[in-house]
Amino acid sequence: MRPFTYTGAKNTAEALQAASSNANAHYLGGGTNLIDLMKEDVERPDELIEVASLDYKKITSNENGGLTLGGMLNNSETANHRDIRTHYPLLSMAMLSAATGQLRNMATNGGNLLQRTRCPYFYETSMPCNKRVPGTGCGAIKGMNALHAIFGWSEDCVAVHPSDMCVALAAIGAKVEVRHPNGSSRMVEFTDFHRLPGDRPEKDSNLLPGELITGIHLPKPIFSAHYYYLKVRERSSYAFALVSVAAGLQIQGGMITKAGLAMGGVAHKPWKLVQAENYLAGKMPNQANFEAASELAMNEARPLEGNKYKVEMGKKSIVSALTQAYERKA
Amino acid sequence: MGELEKRKKNTGSDNLTEDEKKIFDQLGLKNGASRRKFLKLVSSASLSVYASSYATSPLFANTAKDLPHHQRVMLNEVKVNLRVNDRLKPLTLDSRTSLLDTLREHLALTGTKKGCDHGQCGACTVLVDGKRKLSCLTLAATCEDREITTIEGLADGNEPNAMQQAFLKHDGFQCGYCTSGQICSSVALLEEAKNGEASYVTEDFRKIETNLRLSEEEIRERMSGNICRCGVYNNIVQAFKEVHSGNDEMPSWEFATKEQMKKAKNS
Repeated sequence: MRPFTYTGAKNTAEALQAASSNANAHYLGGGTNLIDLMKEDVERPDELIEVASLDYKKITSNENGGLTLGGMLNNSETANHRDIRTHYPLLSMAMLSAATGQLRNMATNGGNLLQRTRCPYFYETSMPCNKRVPGTGCGAIKGMNALHAIFGWSEDCVAVHPSDMCVALAAIGAKVEVRHPNGSSRMVEFTDFHRLPGDRPEKDSNLLPGELITGIHLPKPIFSAHYYYLKVRERSSYAFALVSVAAGLQIQGGMITKAGLAMGGVAHKPWKLVQAENYLAGKMPNQANFEAASELAMNEARPLEGNKYKVEMGKKSIVSALTQAYERKA
Repeated sequence: MGELEKRKKNTGSDNLTEDEKKIFDQLGLKNGASRRKFLKLVSSASLSVYASSYATSPLFANTAKDLPHHQRVMLNEVKVNLRVNDRLKPLTLDSRTSLLDTLREHLALTGTKKGCDHGQCGACTVLVDGKRKLSCLTLAATCEDREITTIEGLADGNEPNAMQQAFLKHDGFQCGYCTSGQICSSVALLEEAKNGEASYVTEDFRKIETNLRLSEEEIRERMSGNICRCGVYNNIVQAFKEVHSGNDEMPSWEFATKEQMKKAKNS
Protein backbone atom coordinates (compact mmCIF):
# COMPACT_ATOMS: atom_id res chain seq x y z
CA MET A 1 0.00 0.00 0.00
CA ARG A 2 1.22 3.49 -0.80
CA PRO A 3 1.88 5.82 2.13
CA PHE A 4 -0.84 8.23 3.20
CA THR A 5 -1.44 10.80 5.89
CA TYR A 6 -4.11 9.79 8.37
CA THR A 7 -6.38 12.64 9.42
CA GLY A 8 -8.78 11.96 12.25
CA ALA A 9 -11.44 14.64 11.82
CA LYS A 10 -12.97 15.75 15.10
CA ASN A 11 -16.03 17.29 13.47
CA THR A 12 -17.66 17.82 10.10
CA ALA A 13 -16.06 21.22 9.57
CA GLU A 14 -12.59 19.74 10.05
CA ALA A 15 -13.34 16.89 7.65
CA LEU A 16 -14.71 19.20 4.96
CA GLN A 17 -11.78 21.58 5.41
CA ALA A 18 -9.26 18.75 5.06
CA ALA A 19 -11.01 17.45 1.94
CA SER A 20 -11.16 20.84 0.26
CA SER A 21 -7.44 21.44 0.81
CA ASN A 22 -6.29 18.16 -0.78
CA ALA A 23 -7.72 16.93 -4.07
CA ASN A 24 -6.04 13.57 -3.56
CA ALA A 25 -7.61 12.93 -0.15
CA HIS A 26 -10.31 10.33 0.42
CA TYR A 27 -12.93 10.10 3.15
CA LEU A 28 -12.61 6.87 5.13
CA GLY A 29 -15.83 5.25 6.35
CA GLY A 30 -15.82 1.58 7.30
CA GLY A 31 -12.95 0.94 4.90
CA THR A 32 -14.35 -2.39 3.70
CA ASN A 33 -13.94 -1.39 0.05
CA LEU A 34 -11.43 1.47 0.14
CA ILE A 35 -8.73 -0.27 2.19
CA ASP A 36 -8.98 -3.33 -0.03
CA LEU A 37 -8.66 -1.18 -3.17
CA MET A 38 -5.63 0.56 -1.66
CA LYS A 39 -3.99 -2.80 -0.96
CA GLU A 40 -4.62 -3.68 -4.61
CA ASP A 41 -3.10 -0.33 -5.68
CA VAL A 42 -6.33 0.56 -7.47
CA GLU A 43 -7.08 3.53 -5.19
CA ARG A 44 -4.09 5.75 -4.43
CA PRO A 45 -5.09 8.55 -2.06
CA ASP A 46 -2.27 10.32 -0.22
CA GLU A 47 -4.54 11.24 2.67
CA LEU A 48 -7.40 9.48 4.44
CA ILE A 49 -9.85 11.61 6.38
CA GLU A 50 -11.60 9.43 8.93
CA VAL A 51 -15.33 10.30 8.97
CA ALA A 52 -16.96 7.12 10.33
CA SER A 53 -16.86 8.53 13.85
CA LEU A 54 -18.61 11.77 12.91
CA ASP A 55 -21.96 12.30 14.55
CA TYR A 56 -24.32 11.07 11.81
CA LYS A 57 -25.22 7.82 13.49
CA LYS A 58 -28.88 8.18 14.26
CA ILE A 59 -32.15 7.31 12.62
CA THR A 60 -34.52 10.26 12.91
CA SER A 61 -37.96 11.29 11.61
CA ASN A 62 -37.98 13.63 8.64
CA GLU A 63 -40.48 16.20 7.35
CA ASN A 64 -41.89 13.81 4.71
CA GLY A 65 -43.24 11.44 7.32
CA GLY A 66 -40.33 9.09 6.70
CA LEU A 67 -37.04 8.34 8.39
CA THR A 68 -33.54 9.66 7.78
CA LEU A 69 -30.59 7.29 8.09
CA GLY A 70 -27.37 8.78 9.40
CA GLY A 71 -24.58 8.60 6.83
CA MET A 72 -22.09 7.15 9.32
CA LEU A 73 -24.41 4.60 10.93
CA ASN A 74 -23.21 1.12 10.07
CA ASN A 75 -25.18 -1.29 7.88
CA SER A 76 -25.94 -3.80 10.69
CA GLU A 77 -27.39 -1.19 13.01
CA THR A 78 -29.42 0.32 10.19
CA ALA A 79 -30.86 -2.97 8.93
CA ASN A 80 -31.68 -4.13 12.47
CA HIS A 81 -33.12 -0.88 13.74
CA ARG A 82 -36.63 -1.49 15.04
CA ASP A 83 -38.17 1.28 12.91
CA ILE A 84 -36.44 0.17 9.73
CA ARG A 85 -37.47 -3.46 10.21
CA THR A 86 -41.04 -2.40 10.96
CA HIS A 87 -41.58 0.24 8.27
CA TYR A 88 -38.94 -0.48 5.62
CA PRO A 89 -38.43 -4.26 5.80
CA LEU A 90 -37.45 -4.27 2.11
CA LEU A 91 -34.41 -2.18 3.03
CA SER A 92 -33.52 -4.50 5.96
CA MET A 93 -33.80 -7.55 3.75
CA ALA A 94 -31.65 -6.08 0.98
CA MET A 95 -28.99 -4.85 3.39
CA LEU A 96 -28.81 -8.19 5.19
CA SER A 97 -28.34 -10.04 1.90
CA ALA A 98 -25.10 -8.13 1.42
CA ALA A 99 -21.64 -9.25 2.50
CA THR A 100 -21.41 -10.79 5.99
CA GLY A 101 -22.03 -9.97 9.64
CA GLN A 102 -18.44 -8.78 10.03
CA LEU A 103 -18.50 -6.48 6.99
CA ARG A 104 -21.95 -5.09 7.76
CA ASN A 105 -20.71 -4.16 11.24
CA MET A 106 -18.01 -2.05 9.61
CA ALA A 107 -19.60 -0.59 6.46
CA THR A 108 -21.27 2.81 6.79
CA ASN A 109 -24.46 3.83 4.96
CA GLY A 110 -22.70 6.61 3.09
CA GLY A 111 -19.86 4.28 2.15
CA ASN A 112 -22.30 1.67 0.86
CA LEU A 113 -23.48 4.16 -1.76
CA LEU A 114 -19.90 4.89 -2.78
CA GLN A 115 -18.54 1.37 -3.06
CA ARG A 116 -16.92 0.70 -6.37
CA THR A 117 -17.52 -1.98 -8.97
CA ARG A 118 -16.13 -5.48 -8.49
CA CYS A 119 -15.34 -5.79 -12.22
CA PRO A 120 -12.19 -7.94 -12.32
CA TYR A 121 -10.61 -5.64 -14.94
CA PHE A 122 -11.03 -2.72 -12.54
CA TYR A 123 -9.24 -4.67 -9.79
CA GLU A 124 -6.38 -6.06 -11.87
CA THR A 125 -3.89 -3.25 -12.44
CA SER A 126 -2.19 -5.03 -15.36
CA MET A 127 -5.45 -4.91 -17.32
CA PRO A 128 -6.95 -2.03 -19.28
CA CYS A 129 -9.80 -0.23 -17.50
CA ASN A 130 -11.24 3.20 -18.25
CA LYS A 131 -12.70 3.42 -14.78
CA ARG A 132 -9.34 2.89 -13.10
CA VAL A 133 -7.13 4.69 -15.63
CA PRO A 134 -9.17 6.78 -18.10
CA GLY A 135 -8.16 6.24 -21.68
CA THR A 136 -6.74 2.72 -21.31
CA GLY A 137 -9.81 1.01 -22.79
CA CYS A 138 -12.30 -1.51 -21.44
CA GLY A 139 -11.03 -5.04 -20.95
CA ALA A 140 -14.45 -6.46 -20.21
CA ILE A 141 -16.46 -5.38 -23.24
CA LYS A 142 -14.79 -8.01 -25.42
CA GLY A 143 -13.40 -10.05 -22.54
CA MET A 144 -14.93 -11.98 -19.66
CA ASN A 145 -18.21 -10.17 -19.16
CA ALA A 146 -20.56 -12.71 -17.60
CA LEU A 147 -20.93 -10.50 -14.50
CA HIS A 148 -21.43 -7.24 -16.38
CA ALA A 149 -24.14 -4.81 -17.42
CA ILE A 150 -27.10 -5.40 -19.70
CA PHE A 151 -28.52 -1.87 -19.33
CA GLY A 152 -27.04 1.59 -19.84
CA TRP A 153 -23.46 0.58 -20.58
CA SER A 154 -21.18 2.44 -22.97
CA GLU A 155 -18.30 1.46 -25.22
CA ASP A 156 -16.03 2.74 -22.45
CA CYS A 157 -17.41 0.74 -19.52
CA VAL A 158 -19.71 -2.23 -18.91
CA ALA A 159 -19.23 -2.49 -15.14
CA VAL A 160 -22.09 -2.87 -12.64
CA HIS A 161 -22.74 -1.23 -9.28
CA PRO A 162 -22.34 -3.88 -6.57
CA SER A 163 -24.62 -2.60 -3.78
CA ASP A 164 -27.76 -4.36 -2.53
CA MET A 165 -28.79 -1.55 -0.20
CA CYS A 166 -28.89 0.87 -3.14
CA VAL A 167 -31.26 -1.36 -5.09
CA ALA A 168 -33.78 -1.19 -2.25
CA LEU A 169 -33.24 2.56 -1.89
CA ALA A 170 -33.98 2.98 -5.62
CA ALA A 171 -37.18 0.94 -5.29
CA ILE A 172 -38.26 2.88 -2.19
CA GLY A 173 -37.34 6.26 -3.72
CA ALA A 174 -34.84 7.80 -1.30
CA LYS A 175 -32.95 11.10 -1.35
CA VAL A 176 -29.32 11.60 -0.43
CA GLU A 177 -28.25 14.53 1.75
CA VAL A 178 -24.73 15.79 1.06
CA ARG A 179 -22.58 18.51 2.59
CA HIS A 180 -20.30 20.63 0.44
CA PRO A 181 -16.93 21.90 1.76
CA ASN A 182 -18.36 25.45 1.52
CA GLY A 183 -20.77 24.45 4.27
CA SER A 184 -23.94 24.19 2.17
CA SER A 185 -26.16 21.10 2.04
CA ARG A 186 -28.13 19.70 -0.88
CA MET A 187 -30.53 16.84 -1.50
CA VAL A 188 -30.06 14.50 -4.44
CA GLU A 189 -32.79 12.21 -5.78
CA PHE A 190 -31.55 8.67 -5.38
CA THR A 191 -31.87 7.91 -9.09
CA ASP A 192 -29.70 10.97 -9.85
CA PHE A 193 -27.05 10.13 -7.30
CA HIS A 194 -25.26 7.43 -9.32
CA ARG A 195 -24.56 7.92 -13.00
CA LEU A 196 -24.21 5.88 -16.16
CA PRO A 197 -20.65 5.44 -17.45
CA GLY A 198 -20.93 7.38 -20.73
CA ASP A 199 -17.45 8.54 -21.69
CA ARG A 200 -16.43 9.25 -18.09
CA PRO A 201 -16.66 5.89 -16.34
CA GLU A 202 -14.14 7.00 -13.72
CA LYS A 203 -17.01 8.92 -12.13
CA ASP A 204 -19.43 6.60 -10.32
CA SER A 205 -21.66 9.30 -8.86
CA ASN A 206 -22.61 12.93 -9.30
CA LEU A 207 -20.96 13.96 -6.03
CA LEU A 208 -18.80 17.07 -6.32
CA PRO A 209 -15.20 17.03 -5.08
CA GLY A 210 -15.09 17.12 -1.29
CA GLU A 211 -18.82 16.50 -0.79
CA LEU A 212 -19.74 14.26 2.13
CA ILE A 213 -22.85 12.07 2.47
CA THR A 214 -24.45 12.90 5.81
CA GLY A 215 -27.85 11.24 5.51
CA ILE A 216 -30.29 9.19 3.44
CA HIS A 217 -33.88 10.40 3.51
CA LEU A 218 -36.59 7.78 3.10
CA PRO A 219 -40.11 8.77 2.02
CA LYS A 220 -43.23 7.87 4.00
CA PRO A 221 -43.26 4.04 4.12
CA ILE A 222 -45.76 2.35 1.80
CA PHE A 223 -44.16 -1.03 1.11
CA SER A 224 -44.00 -2.36 4.65
CA ALA A 225 -46.54 -5.16 4.13
CA HIS A 226 -45.50 -6.50 0.72
CA TYR A 227 -41.79 -6.64 0.12
CA TYR A 228 -39.12 -8.99 -1.15
CA TYR A 229 -35.47 -8.73 -2.06
CA LEU A 230 -34.41 -11.54 -4.34
CA LYS A 231 -30.69 -12.03 -4.81
CA VAL A 232 -29.43 -14.55 -7.36
CA ARG A 233 -25.77 -15.41 -6.92
CA GLU A 234 -23.17 -18.07 -7.56
CA ARG A 235 -23.29 -19.31 -3.97
CA SER A 236 -26.12 -18.86 -1.52
CA SER A 237 -24.37 -16.38 0.75
CA TYR A 238 -21.36 -14.00 0.82
CA ALA A 239 -21.34 -13.27 -2.91
CA PHE A 240 -22.28 -10.37 -5.13
CA ALA A 241 -25.50 -10.56 -7.11
CA LEU A 242 -25.61 -11.82 -10.67
CA VAL A 243 -29.06 -10.28 -10.70
CA SER A 244 -31.11 -8.94 -7.82
CA VAL A 245 -34.61 -7.50 -7.58
CA ALA A 246 -36.10 -5.26 -4.89
CA ALA A 247 -39.87 -5.40 -5.03
CA GLY A 248 -42.33 -3.43 -2.90
CA LEU A 249 -46.09 -3.39 -3.47
CA GLN A 250 -48.78 -1.23 -1.95
CA ILE A 251 -52.05 -3.13 -2.22
CA GLN A 252 -55.43 -1.65 -1.40
CA GLY A 253 -58.75 -3.35 -2.01
CA GLY A 254 -57.00 -6.22 -3.75
CA MET A 255 -55.37 -3.90 -6.30
CA ILE A 256 -51.82 -2.61 -6.65
CA THR A 257 -51.88 1.10 -5.93
CA LYS A 258 -48.12 1.59 -6.15
CA ALA A 259 -45.12 -0.55 -7.01
CA GLY A 260 -41.47 0.00 -6.21
CA LEU A 261 -39.14 -2.05 -8.38
CA ALA A 262 -35.40 -1.95 -8.99
CA MET A 263 -32.66 -4.29 -10.12
CA GLY A 264 -29.06 -4.82 -9.11
CA GLY A 265 -26.20 -6.44 -10.98
CA VAL A 266 -27.45 -5.18 -14.34
CA ALA A 267 -26.15 -1.62 -14.75
CA HIS A 268 -23.58 0.97 -13.70
CA LYS A 269 -26.16 2.22 -11.19
CA PRO A 270 -29.07 0.69 -9.27
CA TRP A 271 -31.58 0.17 -12.09
CA LYS A 272 -35.05 1.49 -11.28
CA LEU A 273 -37.73 -0.18 -13.41
CA VAL A 274 -39.92 2.86 -13.95
CA GLN A 275 -41.95 1.44 -16.84
CA ALA A 276 -42.78 -1.73 -14.94
CA GLU A 277 -43.66 0.27 -11.82
CA ASN A 278 -46.07 2.45 -13.80
CA TYR A 279 -47.57 -0.55 -15.54
CA LEU A 280 -48.33 -2.32 -12.26
CA ALA A 281 -50.08 0.64 -10.64
CA GLY A 282 -53.83 0.05 -10.84
CA LYS A 283 -53.44 -3.61 -11.86
CA MET A 284 -54.38 -6.79 -10.07
CA PRO A 285 -51.48 -8.55 -8.39
CA ASN A 286 -51.41 -11.72 -10.48
CA GLN A 287 -48.99 -13.85 -12.49
CA ALA A 288 -50.03 -12.41 -15.87
CA ASN A 289 -49.45 -8.82 -14.77
CA PHE A 290 -46.16 -9.68 -13.09
CA GLU A 291 -45.00 -11.35 -16.32
CA ALA A 292 -46.08 -8.40 -18.42
CA ALA A 293 -44.19 -6.07 -16.08
CA SER A 294 -41.06 -8.21 -16.37
CA GLU A 295 -41.25 -8.11 -20.18
CA LEU A 296 -41.53 -4.33 -20.07
CA ALA A 297 -38.60 -4.13 -17.68
CA MET A 298 -36.36 -6.18 -19.96
CA ASN A 299 -37.36 -4.47 -23.21
CA GLU A 300 -34.28 -2.33 -23.43
CA ALA A 301 -31.77 -4.93 -22.29
CA ARG A 302 -28.61 -5.03 -24.44
CA PRO A 303 -26.68 -8.05 -23.22
CA LEU A 304 -23.01 -8.64 -23.96
CA GLU A 305 -21.45 -11.83 -25.29
CA GLY A 306 -21.10 -13.46 -21.88
CA ASN A 307 -24.19 -12.29 -20.03
CA LYS A 308 -27.14 -13.09 -22.28
CA TYR A 309 -28.41 -15.32 -19.49
CA LYS A 310 -29.16 -12.22 -17.42
CA VAL A 311 -32.15 -11.29 -19.60
CA GLU A 312 -34.08 -14.48 -18.92
CA MET A 313 -32.80 -14.62 -15.34
CA GLY A 314 -33.89 -11.01 -14.88
CA LYS A 315 -37.43 -11.67 -16.11
CA LYS A 316 -37.88 -14.71 -13.90
CA SER A 317 -36.37 -12.88 -10.92
CA ILE A 318 -38.78 -9.97 -11.30
CA VAL A 319 -41.79 -12.31 -11.44
CA SER A 320 -40.48 -14.29 -8.48
CA ALA A 321 -39.76 -11.22 -6.35
CA LEU A 322 -43.17 -9.68 -7.10
CA THR A 323 -44.92 -12.96 -6.34
CA GLN A 324 -43.12 -13.38 -3.03
CA ALA A 325 -43.77 -9.76 -2.11
CA TYR A 326 -47.46 -10.17 -2.87
CA GLU A 327 -47.88 -13.51 -1.12
CA ARG A 328 -46.23 -12.34 2.06
CA LYS A 329 -48.81 -12.30 4.80
CA ALA A 330 -49.36 -8.71 5.83
CA MET B 1 32.47 -59.54 -1.76
CA GLY B 2 28.72 -59.45 -2.14
CA GLU B 3 26.91 -56.97 -4.36
CA LEU B 4 25.59 -55.09 -1.35
CA GLU B 5 29.03 -54.66 0.29
CA LYS B 6 30.48 -53.48 -3.00
CA ARG B 7 27.85 -50.81 -3.35
CA LYS B 8 28.31 -49.78 0.25
CA LYS B 9 32.03 -49.44 -0.30
CA ASN B 10 31.58 -47.38 -3.43
CA THR B 11 28.91 -45.09 -2.12
CA GLY B 12 29.85 -44.99 1.58
CA SER B 13 29.45 -41.45 2.86
CA ASP B 14 33.10 -41.01 3.82
CA ASN B 15 34.61 -42.54 0.70
CA LEU B 16 35.44 -40.62 -2.41
CA THR B 17 34.42 -41.65 -5.91
CA GLU B 18 36.96 -41.75 -8.68
CA ASP B 19 35.74 -38.38 -10.01
CA GLU B 20 36.08 -36.74 -6.62
CA LYS B 21 39.59 -38.11 -6.19
CA LYS B 22 40.49 -36.55 -9.53
CA ILE B 23 39.20 -33.16 -8.42
CA PHE B 24 41.21 -33.50 -5.19
CA ASP B 25 44.37 -34.13 -7.19
CA GLN B 26 43.71 -31.12 -9.34
CA LEU B 27 43.18 -28.99 -6.23
CA GLY B 28 46.49 -30.29 -4.87
CA LEU B 29 44.92 -31.95 -1.86
CA LYS B 30 46.21 -35.16 -0.39
CA ASN B 31 44.58 -38.47 -1.05
CA GLY B 32 42.57 -40.03 1.70
CA ALA B 33 40.43 -37.02 2.46
CA SER B 34 36.92 -37.94 3.32
CA ARG B 35 33.82 -36.86 1.42
CA ARG B 36 32.70 -34.83 4.43
CA LYS B 37 35.98 -32.92 4.52
CA PHE B 38 35.80 -32.45 0.75
CA LEU B 39 32.34 -30.96 0.94
CA LYS B 40 33.41 -28.65 3.76
CA LEU B 41 36.35 -27.45 1.74
CA VAL B 42 34.29 -26.88 -1.37
CA SER B 43 31.55 -24.98 0.44
CA SER B 44 33.90 -22.74 2.43
CA ALA B 45 35.80 -22.01 -0.76
CA SER B 46 32.67 -20.95 -2.59
CA LEU B 47 31.48 -18.89 0.36
CA SER B 48 34.72 -16.90 0.42
CA VAL B 49 34.49 -16.31 -3.30
CA TYR B 50 30.95 -15.04 -2.74
CA ALA B 51 31.93 -12.91 0.24
CA SER B 52 35.03 -11.45 -1.35
CA SER B 53 32.98 -8.91 -3.30
CA TYR B 54 31.75 -7.47 -0.02
CA ALA B 55 35.26 -7.00 1.32
CA THR B 56 35.78 -4.29 -1.27
CA SER B 57 32.23 -2.90 -1.38
CA PRO B 58 31.34 0.43 0.24
CA LEU B 59 28.75 -1.43 2.24
CA PHE B 60 31.53 -3.29 4.01
CA ALA B 61 33.70 -0.20 4.42
CA ASN B 62 30.95 1.71 6.19
CA THR B 63 30.91 0.17 9.58
CA ALA B 64 27.73 0.08 11.61
CA LYS B 65 28.78 2.97 13.84
CA ASP B 66 28.86 5.32 10.84
CA LEU B 67 25.23 4.63 10.04
CA PRO B 68 22.49 6.82 11.47
CA HIS B 69 21.17 5.54 14.77
CA HIS B 70 17.63 4.83 13.54
CA GLN B 71 17.64 3.21 10.16
CA ARG B 72 13.93 2.57 10.07
CA VAL B 73 11.92 5.45 8.72
CA MET B 74 8.39 5.62 9.99
CA LEU B 75 6.20 7.10 7.31
CA ASN B 76 3.16 9.05 8.44
CA GLU B 77 3.36 7.80 11.97
CA VAL B 78 0.23 7.60 14.07
CA LYS B 79 0.02 7.13 17.81
CA VAL B 80 -2.69 4.80 19.02
CA ASN B 81 -3.61 3.66 22.49
CA LEU B 82 -4.84 0.19 21.75
CA ARG B 83 -6.86 -1.70 24.33
CA VAL B 84 -6.53 -5.39 23.53
CA ASN B 85 -7.82 -8.13 25.82
CA ASP B 86 -8.13 -5.67 28.72
CA ARG B 87 -4.60 -4.35 28.39
CA LEU B 88 -3.79 -0.89 27.14
CA LYS B 89 -0.85 -0.67 24.74
CA PRO B 90 0.45 2.68 23.51
CA LEU B 91 1.79 2.17 19.99
CA THR B 92 3.45 4.25 17.31
CA LEU B 93 2.62 2.86 13.89
CA ASP B 94 2.86 3.56 10.19
CA SER B 95 -0.60 4.87 9.25
CA ARG B 96 -1.05 1.98 6.82
CA THR B 97 -0.87 -0.70 9.53
CA SER B 98 -4.00 -2.84 9.71
CA LEU B 99 -5.37 -3.96 13.04
CA LEU B 100 -4.47 -7.51 11.97
CA ASP B 101 -0.79 -6.68 11.40
CA THR B 102 -0.73 -4.68 14.62
CA LEU B 103 -1.97 -7.66 16.62
CA ARG B 104 0.37 -10.13 14.96
CA GLU B 105 3.53 -8.11 14.33
CA HIS B 106 3.49 -5.50 17.08
CA LEU B 107 1.73 -7.26 19.95
CA ALA B 108 2.75 -10.87 19.17
CA LEU B 109 -0.89 -11.94 19.36
CA THR B 110 -0.66 -14.45 16.54
CA GLY B 111 -3.89 -16.27 17.37
CA THR B 112 -5.65 -14.00 14.88
CA LYS B 113 -4.83 -15.34 11.43
CA LYS B 114 -4.13 -13.67 8.10
CA GLY B 115 -6.04 -15.59 5.46
CA CYS B 116 -6.81 -13.57 2.34
CA ASP B 117 -6.04 -10.10 3.79
CA HIS B 118 -8.85 -8.76 1.54
CA GLY B 119 -12.04 -9.29 3.54
CA GLN B 120 -13.05 -12.44 1.72
CA CYS B 121 -12.40 -15.23 4.22
CA GLY B 122 -13.07 -14.16 7.82
CA ALA B 123 -9.93 -15.74 9.33
CA CYS B 124 -8.95 -12.39 10.86
CA THR B 125 -12.26 -11.85 12.69
CA VAL B 126 -11.89 -10.13 16.07
CA LEU B 127 -14.33 -8.39 18.38
CA VAL B 128 -14.28 -4.60 18.42
CA ASP B 129 -16.48 -3.24 21.20
CA GLY B 130 -18.10 -6.68 21.25
CA LYS B 131 -18.98 -6.64 17.53
CA ARG B 132 -17.31 -8.99 15.07
CA LYS B 133 -15.21 -7.19 12.50
CA LEU B 134 -12.46 -7.97 10.04
CA SER B 135 -9.09 -6.86 11.37
CA CYS B 136 -7.49 -7.02 7.90
CA LEU B 137 -9.63 -4.14 6.58
CA THR B 138 -9.52 -2.13 9.81
CA LEU B 139 -6.76 0.44 10.18
CA ALA B 140 -5.22 0.35 13.65
CA ALA B 141 -5.40 4.15 13.59
CA THR B 142 -9.20 3.95 13.80
CA CYS B 143 -9.12 1.81 16.95
CA GLU B 144 -8.27 4.43 19.58
CA ASP B 145 -10.67 4.09 22.54
CA ARG B 146 -12.02 0.79 21.22
CA GLU B 147 -12.16 -2.43 23.19
CA ILE B 148 -10.56 -5.21 21.15
CA THR B 149 -10.93 -8.88 22.01
CA THR B 150 -8.96 -11.55 20.18
CA ILE B 151 -9.03 -15.32 20.52
CA GLU B 152 -6.35 -14.96 23.23
CA GLY B 153 -8.76 -12.90 25.32
CA LEU B 154 -11.73 -15.27 25.30
CA ALA B 155 -10.53 -17.78 27.88
CA ASP B 156 -11.04 -17.15 31.57
CA GLY B 157 -7.49 -17.76 32.79
CA ASN B 158 -6.74 -21.34 31.87
CA GLU B 159 -10.39 -22.18 31.42
CA PRO B 160 -11.37 -22.08 27.73
CA ASN B 161 -14.45 -20.15 26.76
CA ALA B 162 -17.59 -22.28 26.25
CA MET B 163 -17.35 -21.84 22.49
CA GLN B 164 -13.70 -22.96 22.47
CA GLN B 165 -14.67 -26.07 24.44
CA ALA B 166 -17.54 -26.82 22.08
CA PHE B 167 -15.25 -26.52 19.05
CA LEU B 168 -12.89 -29.02 20.69
CA LYS B 169 -15.69 -31.39 21.58
CA HIS B 170 -17.30 -31.34 18.13
CA ASP B 171 -14.07 -31.25 16.10
CA GLY B 172 -15.01 -27.85 14.71
CA PHE B 173 -11.79 -27.68 12.72
CA GLN B 174 -9.37 -29.71 10.71
CA CYS B 175 -6.25 -27.69 9.89
CA GLY B 176 -7.28 -25.04 12.41
CA TYR B 177 -6.33 -21.96 10.42
CA CYS B 178 -9.82 -20.46 10.25
CA THR B 179 -10.69 -21.54 13.80
CA SER B 180 -9.86 -18.41 15.77
CA GLY B 181 -11.97 -16.41 13.34
CA GLN B 182 -14.77 -18.97 13.49
CA ILE B 183 -14.80 -18.87 17.29
CA CYS B 184 -14.72 -15.07 17.54
CA SER B 185 -17.51 -14.89 14.98
CA SER B 186 -19.55 -17.49 16.87
CA VAL B 187 -19.14 -15.67 20.17
CA ALA B 188 -20.42 -12.45 18.57
CA LEU B 189 -23.27 -14.29 16.89
CA LEU B 190 -24.51 -15.54 20.27
CA GLU B 191 -24.99 -11.90 21.27
CA GLU B 192 -26.63 -11.00 17.96
CA ALA B 193 -29.16 -13.80 18.46
CA LYS B 194 -29.82 -12.60 22.01
CA ASN B 195 -30.45 -9.09 20.69
CA GLY B 196 -32.86 -10.45 18.08
CA GLU B 197 -30.90 -9.33 15.03
CA ALA B 198 -32.26 -10.52 11.68
CA SER B 199 -30.52 -12.18 8.73
CA TYR B 200 -31.35 -12.51 5.03
CA VAL B 201 -33.15 -15.83 5.69
CA THR B 202 -35.27 -14.43 8.53
CA GLU B 203 -38.91 -15.20 7.74
CA ASP B 204 -40.55 -11.94 8.77
CA PHE B 205 -38.44 -8.83 9.27
CA ARG B 206 -41.26 -7.01 11.00
CA LYS B 207 -41.55 -9.56 13.78
CA ILE B 208 -39.01 -8.42 16.34
CA GLU B 209 -38.11 -10.80 19.16
CA THR B 210 -35.11 -11.15 21.40
CA ASN B 211 -33.36 -14.36 22.52
CA LEU B 212 -33.73 -16.03 19.13
CA ARG B 213 -33.28 -19.77 18.81
CA LEU B 214 -31.47 -19.99 15.49
CA SER B 215 -32.21 -22.80 13.04
CA GLU B 216 -29.37 -24.53 11.19
CA GLU B 217 -30.24 -22.52 8.10
CA GLU B 218 -29.97 -19.31 10.11
CA ILE B 219 -26.63 -20.35 11.65
CA ARG B 220 -25.18 -21.19 8.24
CA GLU B 221 -26.28 -17.88 6.72
CA ARG B 222 -25.00 -15.87 9.67
CA MET B 223 -21.67 -17.72 9.77
CA SER B 224 -21.12 -17.43 6.00
CA GLY B 225 -18.44 -14.79 6.56
CA ASN B 226 -16.07 -17.43 7.90
CA ILE B 227 -14.82 -19.73 5.18
CA CYS B 228 -13.40 -23.13 6.17
CA ARG B 229 -11.33 -24.60 3.39
CA CYS B 230 -11.29 -28.02 5.08
CA GLY B 231 -15.08 -27.95 4.98
CA VAL B 232 -15.90 -28.89 8.57
CA TYR B 233 -19.02 -26.73 8.50
CA ASN B 234 -21.25 -29.49 9.91
CA ASN B 235 -19.11 -29.69 13.03
CA ILE B 236 -18.87 -25.93 13.38
CA VAL B 237 -22.66 -25.61 13.25
CA GLN B 238 -22.88 -28.39 15.84
CA ALA B 239 -20.43 -26.64 18.14
CA PHE B 240 -22.31 -23.37 17.82
CA LYS B 241 -25.64 -25.07 18.50
CA GLU B 242 -24.32 -26.65 21.66
CA VAL B 243 -23.44 -23.31 23.22
CA HIS B 244 -26.45 -21.56 21.70
CA SER B 245 -28.95 -24.08 23.10
CA GLY B 246 -27.07 -24.90 26.28
CA ASN B 247 -27.76 -28.60 25.62
CA ASP B 248 -25.52 -31.43 24.52
CA GLU B 249 -25.86 -31.55 20.78
CA MET B 250 -25.53 -34.73 18.78
CA PRO B 251 -24.57 -34.71 15.11
CA SER B 252 -27.80 -34.30 13.18
CA TRP B 253 -26.61 -35.04 9.66
CA GLU B 254 -26.79 -38.38 7.93
CA PHE B 255 -25.51 -39.76 4.66
CA ALA B 256 -27.69 -39.09 1.63
CA THR B 257 -29.60 -42.09 0.32
CA LYS B 258 -29.22 -43.24 -3.29
CA GLU B 259 -32.67 -41.84 -3.96
CA GLN B 260 -31.70 -38.40 -2.61
CA MET B 261 -28.45 -38.39 -4.59
CA LYS B 262 -30.36 -39.19 -7.76
CA LYS B 263 -32.86 -36.44 -7.04
CA ALA B 264 -30.10 -33.90 -6.39
CA LYS B 265 -28.35 -34.81 -9.65
CA ASN B 266 -31.52 -34.38 -11.67
CA SER B 267 -32.70 -31.18 -10.05
